[in-house]
Amino acid sequence: MIFTNFKRIIKSGFINFWRNGFLSFSAIVVITVSLTVFGALIFGSAFSRALIKEIKNKVDINVYFTLDAQESDIFALRKTIEALPEVNKVEYISREQALSDFKEKWKDNSLMIQGLEEIGSNPFPAALNIKAKEPSQYAGIATFLDSKGATSQPGLNIVDKVNYNQNKLVIDRLGRIIPAVEKSGTIIAIIFIMVAIIMVFNTVRIIIFTAKDEISVMKLVGASNFYIRAPFVVSGIMYGIFSGIFTLGILGVFAFYSDAMIVKFSGVQGVNDFSLLANVFSSYFIQNLGQIFAIIMGSGIVLGAISSYMAVKRYLRV
Amino acid sequence: MIYFDKVSKIYPDQSVALDSVSFSIEPNEFVTIVGHSGAGKTTLMKMVIAEDRPTQGAVFFESANIHKLGKGQMNKLRRRIGTVFQDFRLIANKTIYENIAFAMEASGRLDSEIKSDVPHVLELVDLSKKIWNFPHELSGGEKQRVAIARAIVNQPDIIIADEPTGNLDPINTLEIVKILRKIHKLGTTVILTTHDKDIVDEVCGRVITMERGKVIRDDKHGKYVL
Repeated sequence: MIFTNFKRIIKSGFINFWRNGFLSFSAIVVITVSLTVFGALIFGSAFSRALIKEIKNKVDINVYFTLDAQESDIFALRKTIEALPEVNKVEYISREQALSDFKEKWKDNSLMIQGLEEIGSNPFPAALNIKAKEPSQYAGIATFLDSKGATSQPGLNIVDKVNYNQNKLVIDRLGRIIPAVEKSGTIIAIIFIMVAIIMVFNTVRIIIFTAKDEISVMKLVGASNFYIRAPFVVSGIMYGIFSGIFTLGILGVFAFYSDAMIVKFSGVQGVNDFSLLANVFSSYFIQNLGQIFAIIMGSGIVLGAISSYMAVKRYLRV
Repeated sequence: MIYFDKVSKIYPDQSVALDSVSFSIEPNEFVTIVGHSGAGKTTLMKMVIAEDRPTQGAVFFESANIHKLGKGQMNKLRRRIGTVFQDFRLIANKTIYENIAFAMEASGRLDSEIKSDVPHVLELVDLSKKIWNFPHELSGGEKQRVAIARAIVNQPDIIIADEPTGNLDPINTLEIVKILRKIHKLGTTVILTTHDKDIVDEVCGRVITMERGKVIRDDKHGKYVL
């Protein structure tokens, strides 16, 4: 009997879904809109995370050494810096490399190359490029370099300059902006999700309102509450499944289309400078397809089922 | 079988629908309840299927107080009562077959029983040809015959018909009354409310007359007196 009831409930849910075609369609539209909001939020946070990561990557401190500084002294300093807990990575750029980097960068500009040739010798100092784990930690590292550094030891003054102060403004601002962006993003996401949920609940309530006479007839022929309610929940689950499929389609199209847009508007230079932002949406979509599928489908089904379940409740009191 | 014990119903706006009504209905009776609109007939019927609760007094089905039953018991009781309403109350997006099958499914009948009983009961009300139609494709009389088919398919102990002919023309009315009498002859208790004199005279059974929420006459072989 349990199996028979289960079969009847599923069948009845499908029939309701199909025969109330227009109502089912409108439920699917509303749930799809809500799920697309979810999806947009997922993408938005992925995008801002990629952007923040990229910007964090761009921020660094360079320590430039005097032209006569010995490599062994530089390596010694590098070792001390690397030992700091805040430091993520220290990269050594030798004078030769600095020169060849410069040549590579300006190889198409004869004026620059000519200028370089006029100088004759290699004008570039060796440098250490320091990356911290968090933007807020640069201040500490800079202080360390100023106070301790090689500068404090007479005769060993190999540091020419530290460019922290030039970058200080940007670094400080990023340190404040990034947490603020993350926090307000979460708040906006919560508000959007709540609005979306309320919208879905109301739509499903209206749909089930049209079935309230039907529900009271079912009660009067002695059907149990479960037997009346379950087919509506089945229909609700079907709204969720269809909405999920449509939403994934919309998100897929959006991901690939907006990547093309980013390349178009930011230009090749922008894409090169922010390498992570190239194909950020489409690669995120493909890499996390399983997770996105689960979130979108799951929320669609849960939304459809719970809102149907709750909407029927008020008409079961006969 | 059904016993009304000093049942009163006062609505929140202080209007009195039933005023201390007491009477009982025996098994296999055909009871017609007559009265003007607003006399309390429909409220009385709603009490039997627990669609409405009395303000005072109690309604018993056999020995059980209807309004003190739990949900499960209530559903079982409702399956023993077949109901027919003036406005038919068919489920609009189900076919005639499904409308009747639903009542059987609700009482947990087997698929094989449903397959054999539904066509049979539709034959009884002469609607075999409309088995796959939807309610909106039927005339008023046909809809009411479907409602009766739904009411009797579970072989209930009682049929409650609340103004079943209120929306029908005289020919269809006669048809419905004939069917109800047939059901009664097969051994089912029938409670019928009406304000149609012809029906009362046609049935020629027990007649309870109501006025302003009170029972004013109860005749074993009554006529329409109002």
